[in-house]
Amino acid sequence: MNLAGFFANFTYVVTTLLLVIGLYGMIGKRNLIKKLIGLSVFQTAIFLFYIYGAVQPGGTVPVWDARFAAAAQYINPLPHVLILTAIVVSVATTGVALALSVAIYRRYGTLDETALLERMKRDS
Amino acid sequence: MTHIPVLIPAPLLLAAFLVPLAGMLHKGLAAAVALAGSAAAAAFAVLGLGKVIAEGPLHYELGNWPPPVGIEYILDPLSAFMAVVVTVTGFLSLVYFRPSARHEIPDRFVTGHAVALLLLAGLSGMVVTGDLFNLFVFLEIASLSAYALVAIGDKQAPVAAFRYLILGSLGGSFYVLGVGFLYFATGSLNMADVAERLAPIYHSRAVIAAAVLIAVAMALKMALFPLHLWLPDAYTYAPSAVAGLIAPIMTKVAAYVLIRVFLGVFQPSFAIDHIPLLPAISWLAAAGIIFGSVMAIAQQDLRRMLAYSSVSQIAYVGLGLGMANPLGLVGALLHVANHAFMKACLFFVAGSLRYRTGSVRISDLAGMGRKMPWTFAAFTVAALSMIGIPPAAGFFSKWYLLLGALEVGNGWFVAAILLSSLLNAAYFFRGLEDLYAKPGGKEDESRVAEAPVGMLMPTLLLAVGILVLGLLNSLIVTEMLMPVASGMYQR
Repeated sequence: MNLAGFFANFTYVVTTLLLVIGLYGMIGKRNLIKKLIGLSVFQTAIFLFYIYGAVQPGGTVPVWDARFAAAAQYINPLPHVLILTAIVVSVATTGVALALSVAIYRRYGTLDETALLERMKRDS
Repeated sequence: MTHIPVLIPAPLLLAAFLVPLAGMLHKGLAAAVALAGSAAAAAFAVLGLGKVIAEGPLHYELGNWPPPVGIEYILDPLSAFMAVVVTVTGFLSLVYFRPSARHEIPDRFVTGHAVALLLLAGLSGMVVTGDLFNLFVFLEIASLSAYALVAIGDKQAPVAAFRYLILGSLGGSFYVLGVGFLYFATGSLNMADVAERLAPIYHSRAVIAAAVLIAVAMALKMALFPLHLWLPDAYTYAPSAVAGLIAPIMTKVAAYVLIRVFLGVFQPSFAIDHIPLLPAISWLAAAGIIFGSVMAIAQQDLRRMLAYSSVSQIAYVGLGLGMANPLGLVGALLHVANHAFMKACLFFVAGSLRYRTGSVRISDLAGMGRKMPWTFAAFTVAALSMIGIPPAAGFFSKWYLLLGALEVGNGWFVAAILLSSLLNAAYFFRGLEDLYAKPGGKEDESRVAEAPVGMLMPTLLLAVGILVLGLLNSLIVTEMLMPVASGMYQR
């Protein structure tokens, strides 16, 4: 890829990087909170992907204005609305995950996955 | 325009909000509201199925916005069939939920009911929606409820729930990313509209990426081997009432989404010719069938054995889809219904056993067949059905899968199905022999009584249901599933 191509796809490159970082956090890290951070990074990358898809160079806000007659002159509002929903979902997921981490820490006194699996085995 | 499609998730959502309010007055009232909501949903689903068979698909435009702009709920033969399976099994699970939750998780009795209703609302919404993004929202409602429900179980449950959450959310995120690719490629989210716009751009790399992302997402959610890692712990440590609710239907709905997307939104040939997703699913499923059965044999805990058996059984559904022929799909759909009943029945029995004895070890089954005769009669029926002995329902779904495998001429699939039946026999006969042949332990015979009526009734109903499904299978197949399956492949 030449340099111009790189800058034309800059947002997609960043999105992909964030997706990979998030995936690494979720799978590679042993601490549960770090896994959760990985999940958040992964989800944020998806938000970025959607929002960038809505961009309309030179477009205006999606409120009817007589000066802008063609639909192509407005930013696409649908991805924004979808991502608003996805953000709500992501916040709820983070909330549940944090509540679970508190419950886990109270019961086992650690958030390290390796240690947890060992202590779980001892319990069963 | 009929309102039936939206009336399936609506009473569940409404009841989910009413249950905590009712619980402030009286705990019994909360359970009654939950049952009423779930019964209403099941009634509308059955009514809808009758109407769909008589008159054809029902469409409902949410907020009166016509599709593709608005969100559309569709009850066609496939979604009506799934809605009946989900809501009827869900209703029986809620009947069982009350006595089991009162015993095992008394402080979470009211909230447990509310979240269980949210779970059912999410699953039934996934089934009836005709919009790809709306499906994601319902998927997350169902998933978040499932994480919360699993977490209220044993000491290890929050850890199991956390791992389930990480992998489940990864699945949900993959799905929404895939839908994003589809949206930017087609400009639409309505399934029927997307299907139309996709056909000319099948070669596009964005479309292929979307297909892969959605397939991986749903394989994670349905616990298709080797993405099943979250399942055994989640099912083992969840409260008995929750395992009886989640295990029968949760993974099936993810499998339904795969069927919807790869046979409905995409033409079946896409996932074979442009990227071999269906063949990949079928091979992974064949491996999963054997893996799950072998792992089930190795378990000492009845619930963990049933969990690994679920890994194996959901793979049957994947295999039926992956074969990409109508017979395989008939087998897959019939197995969705059969296995929902069988696994619910088996988890109910495990819960009843725990209720009376406090143990769920397979070695403690010895002599229980005489102490809890009705409960274990139901267990026996479900176990024989799992092995595949007619007239129990399990035989017939395996039969259609076998016919499908013979039609594609794949000896490996035939071998996997037959071998897994033998393995099923190995792990269930071990339990059955203990139940009836071995004398009970040192425990005083009179101390263990039959399960309470509230738990016994749904268990027995499911056992009868397994036999009824078996006896009516030719009717279900010729009247409902065969037209669905051949319709999906003749586009």
